[in-house]
Amino acid sequence: MTTVSLSTAPTTRPVAQPGDGALWAVRDTLAMTWRNLTTIRRVPQLLVFAVVQPTIFVLMFRYVFGGSITIPGRSYVDYLMPGIFVQTCAFGAINTAVGLAEDKGKGLLERLRSLPMARSAVLGGRVAADSTRNVFVVLLMLAIGYAVGFRTHTNVAMVALGVFMLVLFGFALSWIFALIGLSVTNGEAAQAAAFPMLAPLVFASNAFVDPAKMPGWLQGWARHQPVSAAADAVRACMLGGPTANKVLISSAWSLGIALVLAPVAVRRYRRL
Amino acid sequence: MVDKYQPLAILIDMIATTADVRSAASMAISAEGLVKHFGDVHALNGVSFEVPTGTVLGLLGPNGAGKTTAVRILTTILRPDTGRAVVNGFDVVSDPRSVRRSIGLAGQYAAVDENLTGRENLLLVGRLNHLSKSAAGTRAIELLDQFHLSDAGNRPARTYSGGMRRRLDLAAALVTHPPVLLLDEPTAGLDPASRQDLWDVIANLVADGTTVLLTTQYLEEADRLADRIIVIDHGLIVAEGTASELKSTLGETTVVLGFADAHAAGGAADLLCSLGAAVLANDAVSIAMPLRGGPATVRDALNTLADAGLVPQRIDLREPTLDDVFLSLTGASV
Repeated sequence: MTTVSLSTAPTTRPVAQPGDGALWAVRDTLAMTWRNLTTIRRVPQLLVFAVVQPTIFVLMFRYVFGGSITIPGRSYVDYLMPGIFVQTCAFGAINTAVGLAEDKGKGLLERLRSLPMARSAVLGGRVAADSTRNVFVVLLMLAIGYAVGFRTHTNVAMVALGVFMLVLFGFALSWIFALIGLSVTNGEAAQAAAFPMLAPLVFASNAFVDPAKMPGWLQGWARHQPVSAAADAVRACMLGGPTANKVLISSAWSLGIALVLAPVAVRRYRRL
Repeated sequence: MVDKYQPLAILIDMIATTADVRSAASMAISAEGLVKHFGDVHALNGVSFEVPTGTVLGLLGPNGAGKTTAVRILTTILRPDTGRAVVNGFDVVSDPRSVRRSIGLAGQYAAVDENLTGRENLLLVGRLNHLSKSAAGTRAIELLDQFHLSDAGNRPARTYSGGMRRRLDLAAALVTHPPVLLLDEPTAGLDPASRQDLWDVIANLVADGTTVLLTTQYLEEADRLADRIIVIDHGLIVAEGTASELKSTLGETTVVLGFADAHAAGGAADLLCSLGAAVLANDAVSIAMPLRGGPATVRDALNTLADAGLVPQRIDLREPTLDDVFLSLTGASV
């Protein structure tokens, strides 16, 4: 047994700075982002797991269902991969909910809420870290797409814009999942709550198939919802064709979701 | 138009404010009529207490008594439905940020990030307390050293033992040398050795002038660390005082004499009736008598028994414990 004796000798008495205002909110958010990214770096398996599920989807749709799906004007793998990227970002956003729910369940949020830090920083740092993570996941999925025959038909700048649109979309969904994560008590519950919400968004969309072949009542939804808008924008950026309008529509969805839900989520955090 | 009495009013205000600050300064924590209901659950039903600067208040109570709710209000995590609480001179509702700068919280569930190393955990808390990077770094190393975690400082906290986690958790609460420390069941679930370690650490902090509010279910812990104890149950204060005051409300020290058989014990009980209210204990082979006359009672009792040829085989002194206090007050075992 070790006995812990705390020396009574005067130690350095650090002076904390006041810490109000927007600049401190940014600093606190960066500190939390660093913390979350360190966690991801320390458990790199999570990054690998993040691409396993979408890779299974790639293989399934590319080689199992793909033969029966025809998309006029382009090869199915070219149509499919942007949809897979969007799906990856959508399901990746669940991490935001799981991360926050775990911090909440383990009592970490209690400590953070007792610190003189900005109230927005816990959520901001989570979403920022998850968005950074998304960049890596999307790049990994691009490589997997290349391996199964996907080819971009535009230039590097446009492909980069496509990646940006994906990260922006993931950022927006992260705010929805931040709200879910704060409303449940553990990671499993967050996961369970997320899937039924994402399924109609991701599968009843143009991510995998052309909505023209869906029943009439479903087509309206499948064409005009954020997943389809994001897939359209990414297809335009990576495959070519009219782009500006599609990028604008998807940006409007993403920014709209973030602008509405970020304040709601922060409010929820304040009142936990 | 300027009111000609305005300067006077301002002066009176200033004097009043100064007086307020003075009375608040001697109290590190004061809570007045705290009420918090969660739907039908009445976690706190009007709790008031004060903790003078530099002292330790133990908040004792069974699970669900409202201890944690009180701590959460004092740490600004929760707003009271009604009532007022002032910590280090700042109101928890109207000036939560100043309260947060004055406190350290160590929680029931050692709230450390398992994936960060011990050093990184302390660094993060330092940064979020708005210390500069270098100040946070220096402080982290200092605390790791004080809490005997230097060797483990660069290992993820998930590899730590329960006792190490609690020490890290407590270290994280001390990053800014807060004048007020709130410890919510700091040793719950620890083995006796680790508990002893943590008690020593807390005792040292108190010696340095830190004010501590401590919730616990361990009566021994409150007995050992707290200057004053409040017993709460169902959101209400049911008793208040020092450990010895609480014990004395329960009665006196008892002498227990054990005999070889029930026959001897019965005879001894009859003999000693005159000396005090000696009664046969439940086990039928020992007798218990209150120690009203001090040590002389024991001498007289032993002499009387010896004259009758009765020699007890065991002699025990039983002090009332806080457990007895607790049981009698709340009717619940801890």
